[in-house]
Amino acid sequence: MVDQSAVGRSFTPVTARVEPGRLRYFLNTLGEENPTYRDADAARAAGFTGMPVPPTYLFCLEMMDVDDPFEMFSALGIDLARVLHGEQSFVYHAPVLVGDTLTFRPRVASVTDKKGGAMTLIGIRCEVTNQDGVHVADTARTIVVRNEVAS
Amino acid sequence: MASADIKAGDRIVHKVFPPITRHTLALYCGASGDHNPIHVDIDFAKAAGFPDVFAHGMLVMAYLGQALTDAVPPSRLRSFATRFVAITQLGARLTCEGTVTELFAENGERRARLALTARDDRGEVKLEGSAIVAL
Repeated sequence: MVDQSAVGRSFTPVTARVEPGRLRYFLNTLGEENPTYRDADAARAAGFTGMPVPPTYLFCLEMMDVDDPFEMFSALGIDLARVLHGEQSFVYHAPVLVGDTLTFRPRVASVTDKKGGAMTLIGIRCEVTNQDGVHVADTARTIVVRNEVAS
Repeated sequence: MASADIKAGDRIVHKVFPPITRHTLALYCGASGDHNPIHVDIDFAKAAGFPDVFAHGMLVMAYLGQALTDAVPPSRLRSFATRFVAITQLGARLTCEGTVTELFAENGERRARLALTARDDRGEVKLEGSAIVAL
């Protein structure tokens, strides 16, 4: 079971490029037709200097190209089958555009036991910067681990 | 969104999405980079104690984000947060909504806080969350 010793632990920083083809696949999957995400002129008219990404795409960029997207779970000894997503948040500081190269630096911010140890909540915080060192966003997620309890 | 006359209580976000199919989940698995087999492999899901595969929470949050930026220009979104309240089953037809709860000033701009929900066709809340947008 994950305990307090995990708090403060950080993981391999993830570098991800915002690729237009991958983004288009995401937009198509969701039936996203907002011209701001699909058309360079519409994006400019909406105040962007390039093509922006949709609000949750940062979560995808952190996972899509890494060797082991579940490194954190294996490092903490968590079985993927016992994991649920509890909460997710994004705070946006600057636009993320197609062609950007982002760096994600995830770390464990909190570990909380619930229901007498039946569940453990793990809070992960992650700072996101771009190729110019601009701090573009902060993300946070809570992972719920359903622990094996002796009955 | 007409920002001048917006007020607390206004429902400014409303969008209904097509039913979630196994195909949607397979496509989202590839599109998102979230390859957790629990969302696409029924054998894996059953071994983990679930009756079937179920939607990625982040797929539902992406739909909620789409409903949000249909109503609010993406450049005005300052933050977006959700709690995953219940598992979203196959076939769910989601309705995503957002209501203004508060108007305030922060960082030199007028902002609104929105309360957001994603519900299935039986009215069960799957996600609840909030967003802060600049007016």
